[in-house]
Amino acid sequence: MTTTVKARRTLARTAFYAAGALLSLAFLLPMVFMIVSSFKGKLQIFEDLESVRAFLPVGDVGLDNYQGLFSRVPLARFYVNSLLVSFLVVGLGLVINSLAAFGIARMRWRGQGIVMGVLIATLIVPFETLALPLLYWVNNLPYVSFATGTPELTTGWINTYAVQIVPFIANAFSIFLFVQFFKSIPREIDEAAFIDGAGFLTVYRRIVVPLSGPAFATSAILTFLPIWNSYLWPTMVVQEEGLRPLPVGLDYFFQSNTAEGVPWGQIMGYTTLVTLPIMVLFIVFQRSFVASVANSGIKG
Amino acid sequence: MSLTHARGRPKRSVTYMRDRPRRWPNRPADRHKAEARTGRLFTAPAMCLLLIFLIIPIALAFSLGFTDAKLSSPQPTRWVGLSNFEDLLSIKPLTLDEARVRELAGPEGTVRTALRSLTKNGSGTPYEGMSVLSDSVAADGKSGSFWLAGDPLFWKSLRNTAVFALVVVPVQGGLGLLLALLVNSRFRGRVFFRTVFFLPVVMSMVVVSILWAFLYEKDGLVNNAIKAVYPSWDPIAFLADPSTALPAIIAMSIWQAVGFHMIIWLAGLQTIPAELYEAAKMDGAGPWRTFTSVTWPGLRHTFVFVLVTITIAALGMFTQVNVMTKGGPLDSTSTLVYQAFAEGYGKQRIGYASAISFVFFVLVLCVALIQRRLTREKDA
Repeated sequence: MTTTVKARRTLARTAFYAAGALLSLAFLLPMVFMIVSSFKGKLQIFEDLESVRAFLPVGDVGLDNYQGLFSRVPLARFYVNSLLVSFLVVGLGLVINSLAAFGIARMRWRGQGIVMGVLIATLIVPFETLALPLLYWVNNLPYVSFATGTPELTTGWINTYAVQIVPFIANAFSIFLFVQFFKSIPREIDEAAFIDGAGFLTVYRRIVVPLSGPAFATSAILTFLPIWNSYLWPTMVVQEEGLRPLPVGLDYFFQSNTAEGVPWGQIMGYTTLVTLPIMVLFIVFQRSFVASVANSGIKG
Repeated sequence: MSLTHARGRPKRSVTYMRDRPRRWPNRPADRHKAEARTGRLFTAPAMCLLLIFLIIPIALAFSLGFTDAKLSSPQPTRWVGLSNFEDLLSIKPLTLDEARVRELAGPEGTVRTALRSLTKNGSGTPYEGMSVLSDSVAADGKSGSFWLAGDPLFWKSLRNTAVFALVVVPVQGGLGLLLALLVNSRFRGRVFFRTVFFLPVVMSMVVVSILWAFLYEKDGLVNNAIKAVYPSWDPIAFLADPSTALPAIIAMSIWQAVGFHMIIWLAGLQTIPAELYEAAKMDGAGPWRTFTSVTWPGLRHTFVFVLVTITIAALGMFTQVNVMTKGGPLDSTSTLVYQAFAEGYGKQRIGYASAISFVFFVLVLCVALIQRRLTREKDA
């Protein structure tokens, strides 16, 4: 009797792991294929397609693709562009959005209800709806250009770093997230600080920010991912090669067919270089990543 | 709440107040004024940015569709009323019998030439400028019926967008829940599984699209994998065939994003109190009964969130299409956002593109409202 129960349990567990393993293969194999192929010559990639060798680093393996890649496209430049844009959007965003949320959550002033209502209302507007009007708008906005060394007033933000950064610093969802979090910190702490002569800025810097680590992490991750991966907007506003972020550079590289066909090996090298750092980042910060996404669901 | 002042021992707090810097005034009325000023000051930078880059573009999104705005044009933008929407949405059925064909195109003419005389510019008919969306022509080519549209691509994009959403929402939502249930049970290695299922979410959609474009090639891995299971499989170039291009993009999109929704479901699962499961166990409930009576009711709010986010993401599908197929083959993968991009950025017709975006937004809003209504009734 007990043996059959035990046997059944073992069977169930085996089936469970088998299902899990099969599913993980479906998720992992394309990525393994990508990374492995980036080290193979073009012929080798196609020869291996029909067998398990496609997922193994065997045969004509080397760094040729990567060398070829760096001589074909200014990949380092794309990298710097992506890093610059992401870090500025996330960094400035954390400051400006948390300050705004602090102003809304912990001070009382007339009109804050309306401000909050408008913020929440804008959350339902998908960026895809706004992309084209925004393009039209930034194309007509005044811009101070430093191209000639002296500041010069021109029109149109197209082909600048600013157009990739400034529109995304303030983020209604981030503000909303911070407001929720700041409200959970007891206001008595503020009062104690006021008695000691602190102003609001001190309360923000010395009390609220240090207590809000999870909120900052969530906001940082949830704004970093879409900006690092963003494609629609930079495709429209950046034509100059030197200003392109990684995904746009990759797409141009993919679409520009050469005489010898699509250079798959180099493309796999490029996709690997785009993906690996963020995967490492994800695996290291797995907990906060998952918590951020989970937070966005609970609060939303 | 008026800070320290209200709660007892005013004398003491007054002495402390005197030490305070001047920016924190003594009189309660002044203090409220100062608090309001500081509050607005803190909120102002974000609000200015949101006004310029969110509120004004929203206003533009609602108004540009009524103009003939071009991206860069020397001519001033004109207000054209509803004409963009008329071009976009007009659709008419037309049946031509043999008598009418003979009348329009002569005894030798076909239904096609007859149709062209009705739709050509300057014909003065109600069908002027329209194109064929779908047709059924008789075998001899002398009669037939048509659906004519001002912009056939719009209706195809709308249909593709709808198909995409109708498939992705239940499949991705369901699969996400299944994966969440899998990684929620206590066993060794669940963090590993969770990590693996989530990995594609952090990948750029451009990367995923290019990778899968290669997997979907005629001699690519997908065909080889199917061949390994069904040796008689005839390989197809998935993205080059109008009947398989959209399903291929759908499958890949689910693969990319399902991990995100797994995590949302997982967060929902973890809010269900363990006592409920213990109670169900004591009542002798099996796994299925536990799921229907404990798990599913506990996931109601998560369900709404997952439903709405997947639907909005699915309706906004763009990157995959632009990277993998450019809307082809034969418009079989064009979507509303892709069409808006192609019109607005590609052809610089911002006004017309804004009209498409407007329709897209109305669609999103309707779906969100319907879903909210449906799920609210369930609450009652």
